Amino acid sequence: MITKPGDVELIANAAGLAEVKGRSLWQDARRRFMRNKAAVAGMIVLVFIGLFAVFGGFLAQYPNDYVDFTLTGAGASNGVPSIETGHYFGVDPDGRDLYARTVQGTGISLMVGIVGAMVAVVVGTLYGATAGYVGGRTDGVMMRIVDILMSIPFMFVLILMLVIFGRSILMLFIGIGLISWLDMARIARGQTLTIKNKEFVEAAVATGVRPMTIILRHIVPNLLGIVIVYATLLVPNMIIFESFISFLGLGVQEPMTSLGALINSGAGQMNYGRLWMLAYPLFFFLITLFAFFFVGDGLRDALDPKDR
Amino acid sequence: MSLLEIEDLRVTFRTADGPVNAVNGLSFEIDKGETLAIVGESGSGKSQAAFAIMGLLARNGGATGKVNFDGTDLLSLSPRQLNKVRAQDIAMIFQDPMTSLNPYIRVRDQMAEVLQLHKGMSKKKAVAESVRMLDAVRIPDAKMRVSMFPHEFSGGMRQRIMIAMALLCHPRLLIADEPTTALDVTVQAQIMDLLTDIRKEFGTAIILITHDLGIVADSCDKTLVLYGGQIMEQGATTDVFAAPSHPYTKGLLKAVPRLDRDDDELQTIAGEPPDMSCLPAGCPFSPRCVQALPQCATTRPALDLFGAGRMRACHVPFAEVI
Amino acid sequence: MPTILSVQDLHVDFDIRRQGAWPWTPWQRLQAVGGLSFDLQKGETLGIVGESGSGKSTLARAIVGTVPTSKGKIVWKGDDLAAMNATARRKHRRDVQMIFQDPLAALNPRMNVGEIIAEPLTTHEPGTSRAEVKRRVGELMERVGLLSNLVNRYPHEFSGGQCQRIGIARALILKPELVVCDEPVSALDVSVQAQVVNLLRELQRDMGLSMIFIAHDLSVVKHISDRILVMYMGRVMELATSRELTREPRHPYTQALISSVPIPDPVAEKARHRPILEGELPSPLNPPSGCVFRTRCPKVQPSCAGELPVMQDVGNGHHVACPYQEVQQVLVTQQA
Repeated sequence: MITKPGDVELIANAAGLAEVKGRSLWQDARRRFMRNKAAVAGMIVLVFIGLFAVFGGFLAQYPNDYVDFTLTGAGASNGVPSIETGHYFGVDPDGRDLYARTVQGTGISLMVGIVGAMVAVVVGTLYGATAGYVGGRTDGVMMRIVDILMSIPFMFVLILMLVIFGRSILMLFIGIGLISWLDMARIARGQTLTIKNKEFVEAAVATGVRPMTIILRHIVPNLLGIVIVYATLLVPNMIIFESFISFLGLGVQEPMTSLGALINSGAGQMNYGRLWMLAYPLFFFLITLFAFFFVGDGLRDALDPKDR
Repeated sequence: MSLLEIEDLRVTFRTADGPVNAVNGLSFEIDKGETLAIVGESGSGKSQAAFAIMGLLARNGGATGKVNFDGTDLLSLSPRQLNKVRAQDIAMIFQDPMTSLNPYIRVRDQMAEVLQLHKGMSKKKAVAESVRMLDAVRIPDAKMRVSMFPHEFSGGMRQRIMIAMALLCHPRLLIADEPTTALDVTVQAQIMDLLTDIRKEFGTAIILITHDLGIVADSCDKTLVLYGGQIMEQGATTDVFAAPSHPYTKGLLKAVPRLDRDDDELQTIAGEPPDMSCLPAGCPFSPRCVQALPQCATTRPALDLFGAGRMRACHVPFAEVI
Repeated sequence: MPTILSVQDLHVDFDIRRQGAWPWTPWQRLQAVGGLSFDLQKGETLGIVGESGSGKSTLARAIVGTVPTSKGKIVWKGDDLAAMNATARRKHRRDVQMIFQDPLAALNPRMNVGEIIAEPLTTHEPGTSRAEVKRRVGELMERVGLLSNLVNRYPHEFSGGQCQRIGIARALILKPELVVCDEPVSALDVSVQAQVVNLLRELQRDMGLSMIFIAHDLSVVKHISDRILVMYMGRVMELATSRELTREPRHPYTQALISSVPIPDPVAEKARHRPILEGELPSPLNPPSGCVFRTRCPKVQPSCAGELPVMQDVGNGHHVACPYQEVQQVLVTQQA
């Protein structure tokens, strides 16, 4: 049975008192975060990068897979970045517009990072919290599974997977998803062990709240601080990971691209004087990473319980 | 002249939400071999006052006023000089002994180090002296136990070790900050007994900081009641307990259940302990005081001398305090 | 008065693994509660005193049902707790509530006060309408002395005393029959302790609650309890009405405990004889044989090391676990 919001207000009025708004720990943390200038700057940069990845394509004069035959194979002097030709970031030796490719690559890289981090947050947190809360033999088995998965050289397995099943973006996501949650599960479990012994959890157990509800209502919200910090620091790791795979030539398939792939081809063109091919993707790569690190740092300071 | 004279001590902390005044104008003196109790609840500033005397305030805190120890103003000393005073003349013990004992070093070495450093003793002599001191605080088998690690001792034993360590250089003043709060009653009785004996044996003056009126009644000569960083009243313990002159002291005494009485309902002090970041302009206790007068909220009552060396800060006349 | 709770020869053991032990070395057994029996009447308040390590908190948790028992029975309204089916156990969880020592730690920092107080209600009566939940939460907040317009606030915005009131409200929202209080006031300031003690007494009287009040502070326990049970290393030393226990303690441990409690009155303090208990609690992993108190007992006899002392009924429901018991007054009692 659900009552209309009007009823609730009626009761509040009947009491003759206006309800006082509480200030939750999240709101406190947000206030502390807002005071951290580097973190706020990082946040703004991230917003701009996000906008760039999503809407940057509308500004491009050419699609990312369009080959401008007039510029194909042209020397370093022809493909330079220029506003007039519409190739803001110049073109590559195949005559493709680097601006459109950078927009697309940034998008892929961000997606890889965020998907990896999300898998880590959802799977890792729930897995770790469950293992830690249930404890005993279940905990032992669950954590040994994590240990076993961790002991497998994942880079090697991922490369094998990409070779066997073909290089596709889906494979890349699966591969990244498979490893990203392991560390998170360990962190979540460790934290759960401390939270589990707090009296408010005991109170919930004593009242007869179901174990799954306890995990979701009492354990996970108190884990989130640490989880969020770790996730923001995980995003750049995932981006670097993907870049490395793409740098090896195993990652994203042409005509799709990622920042790692772009940097790879840019590095190959350094000798021919097309420095812009390295400079633009590298610039976006670096500021994304720095922004994530600053935001992660700011979040850690804001959510650090010691500061409370 | 008194051993320690404190005049208008103020402690202020700079915080993100503006300055917080933890201690507002604390003045008292203590003679050689005397025991003074500073009684207060959380937020009364009692621990911060002790830290200020010892020069151990957190980095965002500052102290003003005068802290005269045997003629020298401790607040004007350089950290180096203060270290010397702390080592030789004033010692402090804390609620949790483990915070001041290094868990990785044997008790013997921790204690001997103090003597080697400050008294220039040889290691052998220093260890012998440490054993003697552990004997004095009644640790059984001191000779054997001195080579154990701190975590191998129980809570009460650790507190004894802390006291022994504090007494190594025969300080003239011992500040005990809630020394028995973490201990069981039977062990608390042992430790309080020990402190009383130490005062008799070594002539050490003791400042006992506590929230427990019971242990004050048993062992202290003088009592000072602190609330919101200000003195409510002060005087000889017997006088303060027999005829409390401040509504706060009176309320506090009535709020404590007593084992030797069959009182039905406890009288309570309404409200909550003060928020130090926004104290009222007048008496800090006025929002909770049943006898508050209109001027209590606006004017801070002066600390007046009355009776036999007693002092009180209250607008309500002594005779009318109920 | 009907017996609501009956504890019969209760044992609670913990298996402890020594640090650094090999995986195959047997675990050590720590006896937290050993052979404890008592009955609790409806509407009665039973105080349980003991020092740290006396097993009083473990006992509380065994009664609430969060710690498994290893021997003996806890009978709740005629049903053995260990043999209950799911429905009966749910009913037991609802009828027996607990109040905790650390008021702030007992409240989930991410939930607001309304959600915290309502949790038992939404758990046991999931069909209750939002408005009804809100009404009952508000009513109860007023009852425990909190303004009901603060429901949306979070625990860290309250003082210790207020947090404890929130904890009390949470324990009472299901109208339980028994409330187990584990050191409910020891973390509070002196001036706030009295408020909470009075509130508990008042609620107990008004709602006809039975209460188990656990504390290390004998003066508070005496003030609130009808009967007091004194525990030492998991065993009962003495059980008597609170007046008789404080006036005419018979067990040497009770006598020592009473004499250790300081009295906030210099005159009364000087007038009484205060024998101080020597020594410290023995290791619970290796408890003394026979009477557990014998290593510190001022009246110890050679025979104390042999047999476990038998509980003696000395009349008027006064039980003592000491064959050499005798009345000794340790207090100079006065009328208030």
